[in-house]
Amino acid sequence: MAPTTEPTGTPVVQMTGITIQFPGVKALDDVDFRLFPGEVHALMGENGAGKSTLIKALTGVYAIDAGEIRVADRTHRFSGPDEAQAAGISTVYQEVNLCANLSVAENVMLGHEPRTGPFISWRKMRAQAAEYLARLHLDIDPASLLSAHSIAVQQLCAIARSTVVEAKVLILDEPTSSLQKAEVDELFEVIRELRERGVAILFVSHFLEQVYEISDRMTILRNGRLVAEHRTADLPRRELISLMVGREGAELDAIEDGVQSAHRERPADVVPALAAVGLGRDGSVEAFDLDVYPGEIVGLAGLLGSGRTETVRLLCGADRPERGELRLAGETVKISDPLDALHKRIAFSSEDRKKEGIVGDLTVRENIALAMQTMRGVWKPLPRKELDEVVAKYMTALKISPADPGMLVKNLSGGNQQKVLLARWLATAPRILILDEPTRGIDIGAKADIQKLVTDLAADGMSVLFISSEFDEVLRVSQRIDILRDRRLVRTIANGPEVTQDTLLAAIAAKGEVA
Amino acid sequence: MSDVRRAPAVPAWRKVTQHRLFWPVVALVVLIVACGIKNPTFLSVEIRDGHLFGQLIDIARFSATPLLLALGMALVIATGGIDLSVGAVMAISLAVSLTYLDGNPNADSAGTVVVAVLLGIVVALVAGAFNGFLVSVLGVQPFIATMILMVAGRGVAMLITQGQITTVTSAPFKYLGSGFVLGIPTPVVIAAVMFVAVAILVRRTALGMLLESIGINREASRLAGVQSRNITWFVYVLAGMLAGIAGIVYGAPTMAADANNIGLMKEMDAIMCVVLGGTALAGGKFYLGGTVVGALILSTIERAVVIFHIPSQITPLFKAVVIIAVCIAQSPRLREYLKPRRPQRPRSIVPAALAVKEAV
Repeated sequence: MAPTTEPTGTPVVQMTGITIQFPGVKALDDVDFRLFPGEVHALMGENGAGKSTLIKALTGVYAIDAGEIRVADRTHRFSGPDEAQAAGISTVYQEVNLCANLSVAENVMLGHEPRTGPFISWRKMRAQAAEYLARLHLDIDPASLLSAHSIAVQQLCAIARSTVVEAKVLILDEPTSSLQKAEVDELFEVIRELRERGVAILFVSHFLEQVYEISDRMTILRNGRLVAEHRTADLPRRELISLMVGREGAELDAIEDGVQSAHRERPADVVPALAAVGLGRDGSVEAFDLDVYPGEIVGLAGLLGSGRTETVRLLCGADRPERGELRLAGETVKISDPLDALHKRIAFSSEDRKKEGIVGDLTVRENIALAMQTMRGVWKPLPRKELDEVVAKYMTALKISPADPGMLVKNLSGGNQQKVLLARWLATAPRILILDEPTRGIDIGAKADIQKLVTDLAADGMSVLFISSEFDEVLRVSQRIDILRDRRLVRTIANGPEVTQDTLLAAIAAKGEVA
Repeated sequence: MSDVRRAPAVPAWRKVTQHRLFWPVVALVVLIVACGIKNPTFLSVEIRDGHLFGQLIDIARFSATPLLLALGMALVIATGGIDLSVGAVMAISLAVSLTYLDGNPNADSAGTVVVAVLLGIVVALVAGAFNGFLVSVLGVQPFIATMILMVAGRGVAMLITQGQITTVTSAPFKYLGSGFVLGIPTPVVIAAVMFVAVAILVRRTALGMLLESIGINREASRLAGVQSRNITWFVYVLAGMLAGIAGIVYGAPTMAADANNIGLMKEMDAIMCVVLGGTALAGGKFYLGGTVVGALILSTIERAVVIFHIPSQITPLFKAVVIIAVCIAQSPRLREYLKPRRPQRPRSIVPAALAVKEAV
């Protein structure tokens, strides 16, 4: 349990016995956590382990029900994020929480604008902002609109902001989930420099690779409880995973093997369940051909912004194609809207769980019922008994927890919300299931569950289009892989033992790589 | 995953005090009791000629109009919209009905009145359809879209009555506003029937859930196949229709189509009833039962003003104070504040580092 070497000095953050109660669930149960100056500390755990809740306690978003938070040797009872910020805690979220419609300088200097008399000195403000940005090796025009920059740059701006307020503690919550490799490297460079300056950095990420690259120590949570605190160097990956999941490593291997062995021969001389011919939409994705056979899983691989999402949105009525045609089992069809797609047995699960997936203030039951209900029409409500059966079936099959269908879906963890969404789509009995990043931000256990489910469904004859940023996942589940680059479907690779992540990378990076 | 932790059971009394309707109902009861103490005859209900009479009955009667409006308003608000035009639509429907009766020699026959009422309601329905078209098809913001009719509607009513205050005499029409059905005032019966009808419409079909789903997350609903355009449109039509009925019920006792004053500011009353009933203006979850309580509070306040001899100049202030008090009492923030915190466990403040060392 104990780290082999004690970090020196006194912790800048010391949380003791933190307990937070949500309606129906104890989100945190007697958790201790400490963070030292000049370290990068990774907070690890599955979805629903309590990572976000712990961060929200530390940043004053949630009031704690029991326990004590000490920052720089002073006890705090934060009653709002502003108090936590005043205590020197800055947070950079996955979704950048700056004002996109203000300039870079305004964002960086917000609340610390240099003034002459009562008036803001804009010139000085831009100069100062540029200085702070330069310290992070960021050379952009401070007068430009924040929204004009990439997410990566916006994140760096958020970090620059934290240096303006001279934060003692910097919390990075999934900062890399929408960054490209090179951008991640840049971000890590900045993180290391901040560490040199003695800033305590709390790092949350689902990418183990990155956690091992950047972090010095880690705290592992499971089911709202503290499991262990370790030096990163002393904790092998497999052990970390079994601590997080609470299962032995061998078990995980078994799940993954199960997924792998579900591969089958590609069906021959059958009509594709879905075929797109020259389908395209201006400003979205170039005309493409794509097909998926019954019982087949086709992966879509490509970098962020390569047009993966845009491609599948044309197949399911989410966006309307401007050219080309769509064939279902050989028959040319027109899909006018998502409801039409559902009637044609096509279900689409969006990558944006919060904005395009769950309906937060409705219950788990209602969220699962939603698509089924729209297919029946407004005036024909699902009989309660039938609904309860369907809900119970999927909640058990997908191990949705807590097992209370009356709970508001917004109170569930991300992984469980994702499962609720899967239940929603599966309940419509689709023939073609389109999953856009179904495992993003989900813990390893749930991830393996979902991969297994997808391969099982395909084995039963469902056609699946599977988008994921994680190449190993795409490789594991798909029989064929469509490669996208710059909003264009460039080629299709038949999966096999000789196809590796490098193959995909090479295909993506092939000719035409940024000139 | 396996260990699902549950909160300890909530005691029954707390369940009652935590209920959404607790504070609105308390406010209603307090108002009625206070009026009863000040004026004991307030609480008495008597039967005269087989009809119910009394101040409480009057309150129920005066609740009918705001309730009819608020039923439609609650649904519109649930979709994240608002309908500012209901007051003006009241004026239009009444103007249409009375103008029809005015020009008809058989104004006293029931058949003519039925036609007049239907005409009024149909025109109100068209007005609602116009609102719905602007909001759901053209995508105009509900506030702006319905403001058009709020302003122009009175002009339309004026056009129908040709600038006159059309007055007619028709016993069957008057009955709609001041008659009795089985001893109960007709407006109360009409409001009750419409309440039940709307409740069945939204809760016995999937309409209620889909409305809420649209109000909570429009894009997620669209991707799940919810036809939010049709549903939103439908809701505005319904709100228009209910406003039309409200206009007729409201204007029936006097039978004077005063285009400038019928239903003036009634949209605000309707919004108030909805909010008092616990529905958030942001959209999403809506509560029809709460809306009834809201309408009762509103008309009780208006009665209380008379009973307590509150000068008419400051009546709005009194109304505002009661409403603000209820809204604050209902607010999640205050509830959170009043929720007793569990006592903190005494803990030895041994630094974690030390504890870890001991464990080694």
